[in-house]
Amino acid sequence: MANFTPLSAAIGGALIGLAAVLLMLLTGRVAGISGIFGGCLDFGVPDKGWRLAFILGLILAPLTGSLAGYALTAPQMPTSWLTVVAAGLLVGFGTRLGSGCTSGHGICGIARLSWRSVTATGVFMATAVLVVAVTRHAIGG
Amino acid sequence: MMIAAGLLCGFVFGWGLLISGMVQPAKVLAFLDLFGDWDPSLAVVMAAALAVSGLGFRLLRRRERPVIDGRFQWSTRTVIDKPLIGGAMLFGLGWGLAGLCPGPALENLATLSPRVIVFVAAMAAGMALHDLWRKQRLTVGLRTPASEAADG
Repeated sequence: MANFTPLSAAIGGALIGLAAVLLMLLTGRVAGISGIFGGCLDFGVPDKGWRLAFILGLILAPLTGSLAGYALTAPQMPTSWLTVVAAGLLVGFGTRLGSGCTSGHGICGIARLSWRSVTATGVFMATAVLVVAVTRHAIGG
Repeated sequence: MMIAAGLLCGFVFGWGLLISGMVQPAKVLAFLDLFGDWDPSLAVVMAAALAVSGLGFRLLRRRERPVIDGRFQWSTRTVIDKPLIGGAMLFGLGWGLAGLCPGPALENLATLSPRVIVFVAAMAAGMALHDLWRKQRLTVGLRTPASEAADG
């Protein structure tokens, strides 16, 4: 547990919670990123303005972060392009089918004690733990 | 006003992911790696986020309507069905492979990393594919209801 960073995790987590409460207070919308992003792609969804603005805000944060000592460098990604594409497809299809991701189910849904969200979060967490266990420890990686 | 609110909330959310380190796939994978050098940080992030949003949402219940828009759009669904479980499994599979979920993926676009751009494009394609598939299933289901069950 050498990399455990409880203080920054607690501060960052509180900010994420605050953003979710603010979005509900101001706009009445759930801060689920897959839903916000998905709505931008769906021609049937009319309210695209605030969705695109939310995503722009997400992207602006690290740009201002570099001014405040929180520089964001290119992330560590899978070396295989095939894995990158497959993972992206799975995350896109899965979050749409399951109606939510880490933010929508994991935070907003659990915060209002929705059993659907508790179940979904348990399932995607367990699946991801299993995937990492297999890729890192079973296949000699 | 809606656009300003969206921008502000996305910005605060982005700072939360940035400070907590959850914007880095390596940090997320270190949490998911229970059998390796485990980093419990993500659990603390979720606990703090849930403490704030749980309390905040509870207080919001006293309000009749949001500040800007007409009504609160809480989800009203309660049924735990196959799409929920199947979708969560597929999402978990992708999340475990790359360590990226939608929020950090979009935020990482700021780095202009080609792999992130490809990941986000694939994610958008996955969403579009799902919507297309569902639309098709719905039309087929309407015409010949019996055949839908066979589609699995």
